[in-house]
Amino acid sequence: MSVPVFMFFACAALAVLGAVLLIVVREPIHSALALILVMAALAVLYLLLGAEFIAAVQLMVYAGAIMVLFVFVIMLLNAGVEERTNKSLMAKYLGLPLAGFLVLDLAWWIAKSTAGKAELTASAVPAQASSTIELSRMLFKQYLFPFEATSILILIAMLGAVVLARRDS
Amino acid sequence: MNGVPIYYFLVLSAVLFGLGVVGFLFKRNIIALFMSIELMLNAVNLAFVAFSRALGKLDGQVFVFFVIVVAAAEAAVGLAIVINIAHNRQTLNVEQVDLLKF
Amino acid sequence: MGFITQHAVLVVSIVKVAVLLLAALTVNAYLTWFERKLVGHIQSRIGPYFVGAHGLLQPAADGLKFLFKEDLTIPTSDRFVFCLAPLLSLTLALTTLALIPFGPATITIFGQPTELVVANTTLGLLMVFAISSIGVYGVALAGWSSNSKYSLLGSLRSSAQMISYEVSLTLSIVGVVLLAGTFDFRTLVEGQGGYWWHFLPRWRVFPQIVGFMCYFISAIAETNRAPFDLPEAESELVAGFHTEYSSFKFAMFFVAEYTNMITVSCLATILFLGGWLSPFPERWTWQLYIPAVGLLLTGVALLADAAFKWNGIARLQLVAVSLLALGLGVLALSPTVMLVIQGVFWFLLKVFLLIFFYAWARGTLPRFRYDQLMSFGWKLLLPVALANVVLTAFLIEWWNR
Repeated sequence: MSVPVFMFFACAALAVLGAVLLIVVREPIHSALALILVMAALAVLYLLLGAEFIAAVQLMVYAGAIMVLFVFVIMLLNAGVEERTNKSLMAKYLGLPLAGFLVLDLAWWIAKSTAGKAELTASAVPAQASSTIELSRMLFKQYLFPFEATSILILIAMLGAVVLARRDS
Repeated sequence: MNGVPIYYFLVLSAVLFGLGVVGFLFKRNIIALFMSIELMLNAVNLAFVAFSRALGKLDGQVFVFFVIVVAAAEAAVGLAIVINIAHNRQTLNVEQVDLLKF
Repeated sequence: MGFITQHAVLVVSIVKVAVLLLAALTVNAYLTWFERKLVGHIQSRIGPYFVGAHGLLQPAADGLKFLFKEDLTIPTSDRFVFCLAPLLSLTLALTTLALIPFGPATITIFGQPTELVVANTTLGLLMVFAISSIGVYGVALAGWSSNSKYSLLGSLRSSAQMISYEVSLTLSIVGVVLLAGTFDFRTLVEGQGGYWWHFLPRWRVFPQIVGFMCYFISAIAETNRAPFDLPEAESELVAGFHTEYSSFKFAMFFVAEYTNMITVSCLATILFLGGWLSPFPERWTWQLYIPAVGLLLTGVALLADAAFKWNGIARLQLVAVSLLALGLGVLALSPTVMLVIQGVFWFLLKVFLLIFFYAWARGTLPRFRYDQLMSFGWKLLLPVALANVVLTAFLIEWWNR
């Protein structure tokens, strides 16, 4: 088994483990840690796919800032153990199989559409010499309007968060 | 050196998305619900990057950039709302925040 | 042997990782000695003195103490997170060291030519910041799982401080990246070669002096060191987020903090102070002998110290250390080692200078109050870093026309 395939399976196993733990554990702080594990595994997968800048941004912004926000809120609200009620039978016996069917359905259609295309592979060699420069060129030329719009979105989100989280005193 | 077919990445993305859906439907804690949404967004990011690599264009990565930014904004505002709910209702159980239902 | 030549790349990586780990932990230990000595002398006292000559065995004594102390188990409901937090801190701190190149030379181990860096990536700078931004979790989770008010308050304050100063840390190096046009460490250093007016080296600290000041202040705040160490100072919140940790877990936090300090100093050296480039012009070939001469002089000074001032076992220890220094000095005179050790010597010298500033600041400056700290970070440092970025971009564009 070559190194990229081994790395892929290791990180995929970690990501799925983290996702399952996110759903299964009962304390929110453990769910947050599981999600951070998923994000770290995905960052390594992005490196494997040659998207170095996106891997660094994922770690810096997603795992290093958004999840810190989640952890802070969990710590502030002292979110305790989640109670487990088995009230809904329909959820257990209809919902879970339907979710499994959703995943299998997606996997089936993906397999069907990428079946004959042997050139769609990700090898260890990165596709482009430096994706960061090309990425930033695209961000500032073709996608300039979404870029500016998202900066205004962040400003509005900051204002909204400050106003909402302030207590009426 | 053997490469990894893109199909593997896309199936992993589908599996993570399905697990995010399961978490979103079954969890009762609001913050855990939020985290399932983030898991779904991450799965979609993986699909974007995989396709960007497969097709040789960088548009997928630009979209991932925007998804991450929008997720950050959404998490900030959403968690502020969650803090408000927790202060008003003293509970984080989403089944007890149902005043708008008749 | 066949296994080694077949998997040479893997074996060489493992060897480099082992050497880096050993070197990092030893440097950490003697960094604590150096800091205690320096802060002691600034405060008109001697510092560690009894354990070994000049207190040189103090780190060993501290390490043994940490190993043999009782590992207290506090009544917390979350044992997993309690044990995970110091592990996370230490692992992330040591991982960032793997990305830093220590010299330009290419050495050959087991027949495989390799660089003086463990992980050679093109986006090294961005990766270092990405990994150190996850380091906030060690602090936050430590306070949370300690089940104690002081710990929780200390960890919340400390992690809020870390994420605040992380913004100005990253912004203050954008000027450097704009000047250099790359995130690659090697290109960043090699872009600082050459001289202005034939004597001033083209280090980026001169055009980007504001960026350097912002970076260094943010780095001190990011690593929770004095004068920004309110969350963990002894007279304030007991010990902040690591109050309830004892023996080895506390040692892990301790080592993580000093390793973070070393990493940040290495980054400052590469980005601003010219990395492994020497300040003297290339044509002064006598500068090749500086490391060897330095080591030999150190050995001779220690021997003189042992002969005249110490008795008993301290004398033997000093003689052993001086023989080690002399041996290394003689080794540095051989041609192959001399060429390799040049870059590493200048790099380590500059890192040492920055760490000297760190310890100096600790011994001299009073502490910031927490609200002063936060307003300093957001209201002063961030606008200055932003202005630096805008001004640098403007000047680069204007210069290029």
